[in-house]
Amino acid sequence: MTQLILEQALNGLQFGLMLFLLAAGLTLVFGIMDMINLAHGSLYMVGAYLAAEVTQASGSFITGVGVAMLGTGVLAVVLEVVLLRRLYARNHLAQVLATFALILIANECVRIVWGAQTLMLNAPDALSGPVRIGGFLYPSYRLLIIGVGALIAGLLYVLVARTRIGMWVRAGASNREMTEALGINVRLLFTAVFAFGAALCALAGAMLGPLLAVQVGMGESILILAFVVIVIGGIGSIRGALVGSLLVGLVDTLGRAMLPAMLRALFSPEVASSLGPALASVLIYVLMAAILFWRPEGLFPARA
Amino acid sequence: MGLYATTTRRRIAAVFVLLGLVALPWGMRLIGQEFYVSFASRVLIMALAATSLNLVIGFGGMVSFGHAAFFGAGAYCVAVLAESGVTSAWLAWPAATGVAAALAVFVGAISLRTRGVYFIMITLAFAQMVFYLVVSLKTWGGDDGLPLLQRSAFGSLNLKDDSTFYFVVLAILAFVLFMLDRIAHSRFGRVIQSIRENEVRMEALGYPVFSFKLVCFSLGGALAGLAGALMANQAGLASPNLLHWMQSGILMVMIVIGGVGSVFGGVVGAVLLLVCEEAFVEITPHWQIGLGLLLLAVVLWAPLGIAGLFGWGRNRE
Repeated sequence: MTQLILEQALNGLQFGLMLFLLAAGLTLVFGIMDMINLAHGSLYMVGAYLAAEVTQASGSFITGVGVAMLGTGVLAVVLEVVLLRRLYARNHLAQVLATFALILIANECVRIVWGAQTLMLNAPDALSGPVRIGGFLYPSYRLLIIGVGALIAGLLYVLVARTRIGMWVRAGASNREMTEALGINVRLLFTAVFAFGAALCALAGAMLGPLLAVQVGMGESILILAFVVIVIGGIGSIRGALVGSLLVGLVDTLGRAMLPAMLRALFSPEVASSLGPALASVLIYVLMAAILFWRPEGLFPARA
Repeated sequence: MGLYATTTRRRIAAVFVLLGLVALPWGMRLIGQEFYVSFASRVLIMALAATSLNLVIGFGGMVSFGHAAFFGAGAYCVAVLAESGVTSAWLAWPAATGVAAALAVFVGAISLRTRGVYFIMITLAFAQMVFYLVVSLKTWGGDDGLPLLQRSAFGSLNLKDDSTFYFVVLAILAFVLFMLDRIAHSRFGRVIQSIRENEVRMEALGYPVFSFKLVCFSLGGALAGLAGALMANQAGLASPNLLHWMQSGILMVMIVIGGVGSVFGGVVGAVLLLVCEEAFVEITPHWQIGLGLLLLAVVLWAPLGIAGLFGWGRNRE
């Protein structure tokens, strides 16, 4: 039982760290420009497709991931300069709709280029086997994801908390006009943050590709989770995004694994088997609603 | 944005459109395209759903991203009642409206404590909860949805006949639009629109802002439930798609294309979107690119939608 919990906790950690890669970019875009970007999930999808395509063509997973990050970053710069810039001053409804339109366009474009079938993206052969940690076997590829996720989270923390650029970003998130008045080019800064966020999205898409299916619509389901994360963590806060993603990753994964068993102890098997999955899948939304109810600004509000 | 006002000219136009819609089934029979009567019912039902969201977003200023929950709740209510033998529309449709209204009161009472983006997200979260709960319940059909074996019994009218069903839907929609026009001009409508414009001022003037918003939100939810009940009847199925967040997005798209805060905005948007879909799907399977571009154009260059382009629905400032 403890072994199962430990394994599921590792899975939760792995999922949470990948969510963090998405949520980090989303929360900064949200925090600095007060912009709701529903198309963030589409960037994740484009990243996964690029990674799958390039990995297949070149035979190297690392090349695939690199090209995916670069390509998605460039796409993000184009999107930001051409379209998203016009939306910063608009209300949330306009932003939701314009980026909803981008989702429709992106999904259809991917369908035209790659077709409607699910694409295969395989993990590197060297990492296909399991490794032994403590008393049980754990897939080595998932360990790699945990490692990469933790590394990026650490780098991002140093970048945001310890460097001058990070200081600008934090200043922009807490008071944009004041930052502009101090002579920081927030517009340029934002294009850079957006591209960086998109590259992290692509990284998450490429890393999760071998575990989840690379298909049209993959961005939407994870996008909603990323929004849950940043709302829980507090919009604009990197620390909040990290805590939120780990919380969501663990609660979701452990809930799915544990709840049915726990309910079986309380109810009859039939009730437990139908109630368990239902409760497990709504758990994170209940968590989010509860947090918003008691702390409407999230756990770590960026604006004091 | 100014307050909503209709002119006599617009009322006359509305009556002519209504007459045209009444004549539609005979027209279709004349040119032998009776299939489109059923399609027209679907358009009108979506128009009703979009109108209900327009009440919440356009008049109440509450950008709800979870309207699909109420739409779907109405549909599932009718299907579940039919499963247990209640087929009378006189019972099932008010029940669907009531269930959706109750759900909206619950969701609204919690969500309306938050503002702006947080409101958008918390309404989305509640809609997702409803979606996943319903999808994981095997007794309600899970991913496949719950089929409705026959349309509700509506007194002596035979709803199985597509034309009769169409007339019932049209009558309901016309009645709702008429009431909405009255509400928009009433004291309640004026207060709720003023809250949209300046909430703090209305609070300072002593209006119970929260209660007004909650009533508006719940009324929108109730009407969406009624639309859902009709949709289950039209499609013969309470589908989880009705609860999906993309459905909330599509309803939002409709009212923005048609015109936010204009009584007929939802109808114009629903008709335009669904007719375009029907027309373009024949030409290319990739019509969604066109829809996306159209939507972008509306957001960038015509923020008040079609209604705004023609100057309908709002007092000039």
